[in-house]
Amino acid sequence: MRQIGFLVIGIFFGIVMFKSEAASWFRIYEMFKFQSFHMYGIIGSALFLGVIGIQIIKKKNLKSFFGQPLNFVPKDKSFSRYMFGGIIFGLGWALAGACPGPIYVLAGAGYWPILVVFAGAMLGTFIYGLLRKKLPH
Amino acid sequence: MNWILEPWPWYVSGPLIAFTMFLLIFMGRQFGMSSNLRTMCSMCGADKKADFFNFDWRAQQWNLLVLLGAVFGGFIAHFYLSEDPTRVAISSETIQDLNNLGFDSAGKAYLPTELFSTNVFSEPLTLLVLLIGGILIGFGARYAGGCTSGHAISGLSNLQLPSLIAVIGFFIGGLVMIHFLYPLIF
Repeated sequence: MRQIGFLVIGIFFGIVMFKSEAASWFRIYEMFKFQSFHMYGIIGSALFLGVIGIQIIKKKNLKSFFGQPLNFVPKDKSFSRYMFGGIIFGLGWALAGACPGPIYVLAGAGYWPILVVFAGAMLGTFIYGLLRKKLPH
Repeated sequence: MNWILEPWPWYVSGPLIAFTMFLLIFMGRQFGMSSNLRTMCSMCGADKKADFFNFDWRAQQWNLLVLLGAVFGGFIAHFYLSEDPTRVAISSETIQDLNNLGFDSAGKAYLPTELFSTNVFSEPLTLLVLLIGGILIGFGARYAGGCTSGHAISGLSNLQLPSLIAVIGFFIGGLVMIHFLYPLIF
């Protein structure tokens, strides 16, 4: 039952990513050129509701659908891994015009060359795993 | 029902993305797409090469279901919920800039045909651009501990300073790529 729930959430997310055009290479390029409000509106309105919603969950101690307490794990404190990793990710996001969510969405939409980006993303993850101990975190 | 077939405006899309995040939170999970890449590396046997992949990936199966759903969602949205051809109405300035870079499909397609039509399978340089883009995405997302969904949406919604640093990094990288490297690459 829960499995079906996750699958349905994924389908919903995929449709939203495609229809919002957040999965379009063109919209990512336009965003980094500051030539449209579209992507900023999407991220900004998602964040606005996200911040308010999480505050409400914490204040009211809301429980999950299954009655369990909701824990928000704080991210580890650091600077270099977030800044360096972020810059590297940003270079790729702008070059391929897709972040990980849209990669899967575009594969489903039948844009086959996105599978090359996917293969690269798997390879990049693997390379990180190999080099992790040598990188500043 | 015509509005479904048209592109959805930001004030519909953004709240629906927040809704996706809250559904996952109330399912007891966290919204984050790039961690699936690590899971799939482990499933392929990467744990024999690096400790990083030696974890209980079976506990992440729920996220692979979200991923699988996203693939179906892309299929449904493209073939049943969009007009054909699916065009993205980017600004006229953007179209002009892209035409100057040699992207004639700007404003006429969902993705640039110069990078994402099946013709590129016979163009080694284009494939290399896509592969390098992917490597940077995969490496950077794991190094930073998350991507757009994990940091820019989930992390910032939870007011995490590390996520703010990561998102600033995303933008530095993206701006450098578009403003300085694109003219060299394309």
